[in-house]
Amino acid sequence: MTEIPKEEMLLKCPSTCAGCGSLLALRYILKAAGKDTILVIPACCNSVIQGVYPYMLHTIPVYNIAFAAAAACASGMSEALRAKGQKTNVIVYAGDGGTADIGIQALSGALERGEDFLYICYDNEAYGNTGMQRSGATPLGAITTTTPNGKKVVKKDLDRMIEAHNLPYQATACASYPQDIFNKVKKALSIPGPKFIHILAPCPPGWRTPSEKTVEIGKMAVKSGIWVLWEKEYDKLTVNGPSKAAMKKPAPVIDYLKAQGRFRKVDDETAKQIQANVDRNLKKIAAELEMSEELS
Amino acid sequence: MSKLIMSTGNKAVAAAVKKADPLVVAAYPITPQTEIIETIADYVEAGEMNTKYIPVESEHSAMTACIGASITGSRVFTATSSHGLLYMHEMLHWAAGARLPIVMGQVNRTIAPGWNIWAEHSDALSQRDTGWLQVYVSTVQEAYDTTLMAFRIAEDNHVLLPVMINMDGFLLSHIMQPYEMTEPGDFIPPLDLPHKIDVNDPHGYGAMSPATIHYQFRFDMEKSMRASRKVIEETEAEFAKRFGRKYAPVEEYLCDDADVVIVAMGTLGKEAEVAADNLRKEGIKAGVMRIRWLRPFPLDMKIDGKELVVIDRDYSFGFGGVIAGEIQARYPQTKIAKIIAGIGGQEVTYEDIAEFVKTRKIGTEFWFGISKEEQ
Repeated sequence: MTEIPKEEMLLKCPSTCAGCGSLLALRYILKAAGKDTILVIPACCNSVIQGVYPYMLHTIPVYNIAFAAAAACASGMSEALRAKGQKTNVIVYAGDGGTADIGIQALSGALERGEDFLYICYDNEAYGNTGMQRSGATPLGAITTTTPNGKKVVKKDLDRMIEAHNLPYQATACASYPQDIFNKVKKALSIPGPKFIHILAPCPPGWRTPSEKTVEIGKMAVKSGIWVLWEKEYDKLTVNGPSKAAMKKPAPVIDYLKAQGRFRKVDDETAKQIQANVDRNLKKIAAELEMSEELS
Repeated sequence: MSKLIMSTGNKAVAAAVKKADPLVVAAYPITPQTEIIETIADYVEAGEMNTKYIPVESEHSAMTACIGASITGSRVFTATSSHGLLYMHEMLHWAAGARLPIVMGQVNRTIAPGWNIWAEHSDALSQRDTGWLQVYVSTVQEAYDTTLMAFRIAEDNHVLLPVMINMDGFLLSHIMQPYEMTEPGDFIPPLDLPHKIDVNDPHGYGAMSPATIHYQFRFDMEKSMRASRKVIEETEAEFAKRFGRKYAPVEEYLCDDADVVIVAMGTLGKEAEVAADNLRKEGIKAGVMRIRWLRPFPLDMKIDGKELVVIDRDYSFGFGGVIAGEIQARYPQTKIAKIIAGIGGQEVTYEDIAEFVKTRKIGTEFWFGISKEEQ
């Protein structure tokens, strides 16, 4: 286990909501990345929490770019820096809407071309910046301002879409586990080529949870198996720490749902469906683990 | 004079880009521009260019990748046309607002529906408010020369705005003409981007700019657009001094004593010169003003006391031809006969242009090819 540096890369002036999971994750991402790093941020919560010109939150350069455009911007930046012989880390920090919805085309293009940067999606499961409208990453049953009775279709499986690009490094993480985030970012940045990390980032106002419960809610997600921590180097899949236990004996997903106001309209039938989806996904991952061992 | 080369307009632009030596080219294919990026890709593969060629998955990403590369202080280029340009629209604003000297080859083509690949200026004119400098060329030589000049103008620290070089689809992109592939030498100085991104001097770029400041950024763009007039003039003068070929923001042909002046852009402006010659043989004192630089808009057109026949190869629905409208706005007293011609590749000959002049009705709009009753 690598020790997390004490030095903070974010100043103490973010304009996030209290208990923001994405900011918590970013704190450890930047500690892992260090000073020789440029952040590329498309429209998302993190584009409006940086402070207002001429002030800024970050101690490293940040390039803001249009909603659909993060992966293409990072592509151009990385290609130019590498052409000049500079090894500077280029990291995209984008929300789930900017990744799974409007930004998916540019992301897929960049991953297919093998561009050398790390794309991190912080997933708060809705368009948080614009006031919690549903995104493709909003889970079944969740209330948002555009699904006032709960979302009627399931969350888009972003990770399997990314997997189709056969990356040298891909991982999931959760804001509640900073050491895991730190380790994964360190590892990702040590590998050339396209890397992708998908971080579940609890969002108190959007998920309708108390702001002091962010870490707890994220841990409940992992323990229930609705969110699984894993990493993958090409075909080699590893399930990490707390998710190993969760895969053997997951906590009932209903406890996770009940802890959040956004799921308050979930009826028994939908709750059963959500549990069945979790069970099926855990089986799939178990099968993938076996296949991964076979392949390697 | 060095030897002449036969080339299409597209290949001449690519050859000029090779001389300018950009670090990054990001592009996506679209007819009739594709030959530009294919030629560049060939140069790169053959090791004749030290350029990173990024074969992006869309024009939106082409412009965005150019933005990402440019902010590192690197020279970049892309090319597009028609729907590709429209798909870039959001990022055209971004490139200009971020003050990035991106140079783009833009081959003018109409817009669907229905599918049509032929020349029209509506694609570029619909992007005229994005903060890009726009220049329209009329020959293969001019395409080559203007591409070289575009890098120098865009990267001038008094400008730092992107430049779009417009060339008529097929009528210039695909026709062959002889041209001189001048060696630019040190005509294009190395790029020194004052706001390049640097981990040793960290800044935030494009974060929230409040209402108390945002308008200042926009006025800064306009100040640079105004300053670019002088930079264009100086660059064209320096080009003429070094290489012997003269260009002006508005190319004049037989205008001094003209009673009537045809105003057009691109190849139509060149075709109009033949019309003026023929009209003069009939005793009509005609001249031509071919607008090269539309942005910044020319403020010193010598049109006092002359009647204008403005040919718009474009249209702003519910308003009229864009060029006629802009000239009228900037020179309110001018007597203009407005012609809409060449839409979607409609053929317009020098004989047609001469006829526009002879039958002109000041203050009216005439759609070439549409019957009198329907006008």
